Amino acid sequence: MQEMHPAHLDDLYQEVILDHYRNPRNHGEIPNPHVSSRGFNPFCGDEVFLGLNLDANQKIESVAFHGQGCSISQASASILTTLVKNKSLPEAEDLSQLLRELLRGKELSDDELDQIGDMEALQGVRQFPIRVKCALLPWATLDDGIADYRSNISP
Amino acid sequence: MLDAAKIKQDFPILAKLVYGKPLVYLDNAATSQKPSSVIQTLVDYYEGYNSNVHRGVHALSMESTQRYEEAREKIARFIGSPGSENLIYVRNTTEGINLVANTWARANVNDGDEILTTEMEHHSNLVPWQQLAKARNATLRFIPVTDEGTLDLSNIDSLINHRTKLVAMTHMSNVLGTINPVKDLTAKAHAVGAHVLIDAAQSVPHLPVDVTHLDCDFLAFSSHKMLGPTGIGGLYVKSDTLEQMEPFLTGGEMVQEVTFEGATWNDLPMRFEAGTPNIAGSIGLGAAVDYLEALGMENVHQHETEITQYALQALKELAEEFTFYGPTDPARRGGIVSFSSPHVHPHDLGTILDQAGIAIRAGHHCAMPLVRDRLGVAATARASFYIYNTTEEVDLLVTTLKDALRYFSKSLSLP
Repeated sequence: MQEMHPAHLDDLYQEVILDHYRNPRNHGEIPNPHVSSRGFNPFCGDEVFLGLNLDANQKIESVAFHGQGCSISQASASILTTLVKNKSLPEAEDLSQLLRELLRGKELSDDELDQIGDMEALQGVRQFPIRVKCALLPWATLDDGIADYRSNISP
Repeated sequence: MLDAAKIKQDFPILAKLVYGKPLVYLDNAATSQKPSSVIQTLVDYYEGYNSNVHRGVHALSMESTQRYEEAREKIARFIGSPGSENLIYVRNTTEGINLVANTWARANVNDGDEILTTEMEHHSNLVPWQQLAKARNATLRFIPVTDEGTLDLSNIDSLINHRTKLVAMTHMSNVLGTINPVKDLTAKAHAVGAHVLIDAAQSVPHLPVDVTHLDCDFLAFSSHKMLGPTGIGGLYVKSDTLEQMEPFLTGGEMVQEVTFEGATWNDLPMRFEAGTPNIAGSIGLGAAVDYLEALGMENVHQHETEITQYALQALKELAEEFTFYGPTDPARRGGIVSFSSPHVHPHDLGTILDQAGIAIRAGHHCAMPLVRDRLGVAATARASFYIYNTTEEVDLLVTTLKDALRYFSKSLSLP
């Protein structure tokens, strides 16, 4: 058997994560959103619905999510909504890319750390490889929603 | 009760430490661990007589063929089959069910016919029938599940009717642990001329199962859930039906004579075993049957009933935090306990238990319609027991569940 090193539950379930799980930000639904997407992880049944509206400058004006799932997937969704507000779609995609790099083990620069806010607390997930998909689910949902939106406006 | 502590010594993996803690393996409904005697048969085959079966005239091939067929006889006897020709080697339960769906069912289920299954099926005994119903323009109907997690038989006499061609049901639910009255339902199905398939993936490893007594037409099971290797299992088919069935996969081994224009089929059951089979796996499954027979299947079942009752009793103190699924009557359930809590998601529970060395399953258990649509949750946590599990392990499970609740409630304001 591959040797298993004890990971630390406190690194996974950081207070910031549990707070977002307990008090999700921007929880709910936006009627007729410009960008909408559903993410589903068949492995565990976790589900995230994400909706965003854009302002005249193509910046994210409002964002909301709902769904069901483990603390990591739901906290990650809540963190996402706090970070993408007032960002352009490419900027939101950059954040999604930063999380992927963080979870792959990349050390982020100070400048990058400034951008990611509470997302930094998700780096404890690295010690629990099976849970990486949970953290990424809302962000993959965002990427899918943006891709759909673009293919619909430029057929 | 079996001497689980002594049995444990036969399973090398159960001596391993996980994160420095003794492994507590409670994921037996997913797959069981393997005793040394089974592992050794695989080594003996590859080191001692590795060769193809039913082909060579040389010494090795004669030995492998003999052991391969002896294993078949042993496994057939274990499930009460009248003969070894009724036992087709398949990869697993899923392949066994697909074999029936693609052979007998394609030839016998027609426009307007009904296939009856239940709301508590594993995807493996649901999706093949959805596909068949679409292909043959037949209707798929369901025996409902009660809130307690048993089959609701109040309308069974209209559900099983003259249009019913097949009743396909699980012997024991992999989510709820419910043991279904498959013998009575088989008699009802036969009374209207329907065939019966039993998904025995969870029953053959844990209960005495006798296909002659049950009188079913098809019964499928997997080796890996009953101490045997992965990639091998069995499909029992009753003789009169077996003789009428056309082949499933075609090619080598399953033919008698081949010309450029066509072929004639081999004898039963080889007609259904195209290509080189899982020889080592079959012989390994035979060794698993030896191990279980030495314990006695009545004793295996009794041990699991006692462990399950102990667990349900011990878990009672968590009844305010967790919902437990499945029948309360111990006679109607096997060694599976599924539960969920509004405070801790099953996936988070799985991670916290894992850190304590306890392996459980968290998810929909390949029964999404039951878990999501009937139980109304996205996922449950599931502990499932076998011959090597002890009451001390159950105690550790309960203690760690309490820790998990405390972990989440230290920052969660519990209502």
